[in-house]
Amino acid sequence: MRQTLDYLKETPSQTAGPYVHIGLAPGAAGFDIYAQELGHDIAGPNAKGERIRVEGRVIDGMGSPIKDVLLEAWQANTDGIYAHPEHLGEVEDGFRGWGRVIPDFDTGNWTFETVKPGAVTDLNGRQMAPHISLWIVARGINVGLQTRLYFSDETSANAADPVLNLIEWERRRATLIAERTDSDGTPVYRFDIKLQGEDETVFFDI
Amino acid sequence: MQPGPYYQRDRQWQPPALTPDYKTSVSRSPQYSMISLETTVSEITGPVFGHNDIDPIDKDLLSNYAKPGESPIGERIILHGRVLDENAKPVPNTLVEIWQANSGGRYRHKKDTYLAPIDPNFGGCGRTLTDENGYYAFRTVKPGAYPWRNWVNNWRPAHVHISIFGSAFAQRLITQCYFEGDPLIAKCPIVNSIPDPDAVDQLVARLDLNATIPLDTIAYKFDIVLRGRRSTLFENRPEGN
Repeated sequence: MRQTLDYLKETPSQTAGPYVHIGLAPGAAGFDIYAQELGHDIAGPNAKGERIRVEGRVIDGMGSPIKDVLLEAWQANTDGIYAHPEHLGEVEDGFRGWGRVIPDFDTGNWTFETVKPGAVTDLNGRQMAPHISLWIVARGINVGLQTRLYFSDETSANAADPVLNLIEWERRRATLIAERTDSDGTPVYRFDIKLQGEDETVFFDI
Repeated sequence: MQPGPYYQRDRQWQPPALTPDYKTSVSRSPQYSMISLETTVSEITGPVFGHNDIDPIDKDLLSNYAKPGESPIGERIILHGRVLDENAKPVPNTLVEIWQANSGGRYRHKKDTYLAPIDPNFGGCGRTLTDENGYYAFRTVKPGAYPWRNWVNNWRPAHVHISIFGSAFAQRLITQCYFEGDPLIAKCPIVNSIPDPDAVDQLVARLDLNATIPLDTIAYKFDIVLRGRRSTLFENRPEGN
């Protein structure tokens, strides 16, 4: 008998298209259909840690902001724990760690509010600098793009981060660092994502 | 046996970023190579959803936006199947979200200006959780084809957009489900962003007469496969490097 491998193949990805909002954020598309839309509150009301705002744009190869993009964020809590059964530790009641955001249709600016995540200890015991994983889909993007947002005020942790250090071109690491400013007492991190061209953001094949 | 890292995504099976016949991809595709990453805890975890997040009616597009006593116009279909991983293991309790045009090819979205009319009884989005066997089912109308500005005479085949979470951020997937026998499938630049014809075939839902409800609703079957993962058979490199 000839031995065969009987693995299945992953379903191929397709672009989310221009109307992704009607499925994943229908309120923003102009109609209310669900009693609750998912992804509006990443950290929940009980989360400890520093409340922050993240804002930015996704910019195409022509330098234009992409107004029909959709982003999802995935992060640990302030203690560096993910709200997932495989990560040992507790998160605050109501902390989901996941959010979904779309930009203003006119300007392309998006923003989300959360708490700053703590450093995460990987399952092999190595420590990663605080970061938020981002997943980006839109018309024209055939497979969702994965990147990470790191924080400009975590210089020493970033310098030791095992993922940032996989990027051979040190100049490109800077594309993953969100710049901190203060706006009316709230820390704001600015994170523009450039899909193509000069200062193209680093994307990961995870 | 502990579950380990996810299998490498097969980038020769998946569409590449730059597929010039699909014009929008030209300015929205990165030019540099992606950085490959052994999955860390940030990727093997992902959001968990439960029955408190959604309502049972969310999976019934025939009624979740219809006025009482009315229903949308179009071919009534059940779209159902299983969510599996590459090891053919069911993925239970995972969130599946869909969106689609109405039977005339018009989306209920303020940016859609196609002259086919809105259906007052059809919203076009739904969501559900897979059961303990990875099974999901929606009720909806079969969407119509619609024109789009790519080449001047491009028409999308009838399709339903599907978003699936799996149990890890590494499994996150958005795709489109097409319908068996549609002659527009072979003509579509978005479909043809996928290089392998067998991979395209995996996106075509099959007419499923066994699941059809006689005198009521036709059924199509569409199974979804998410990335699988290794089992940790050996404690490799326990010193942590």
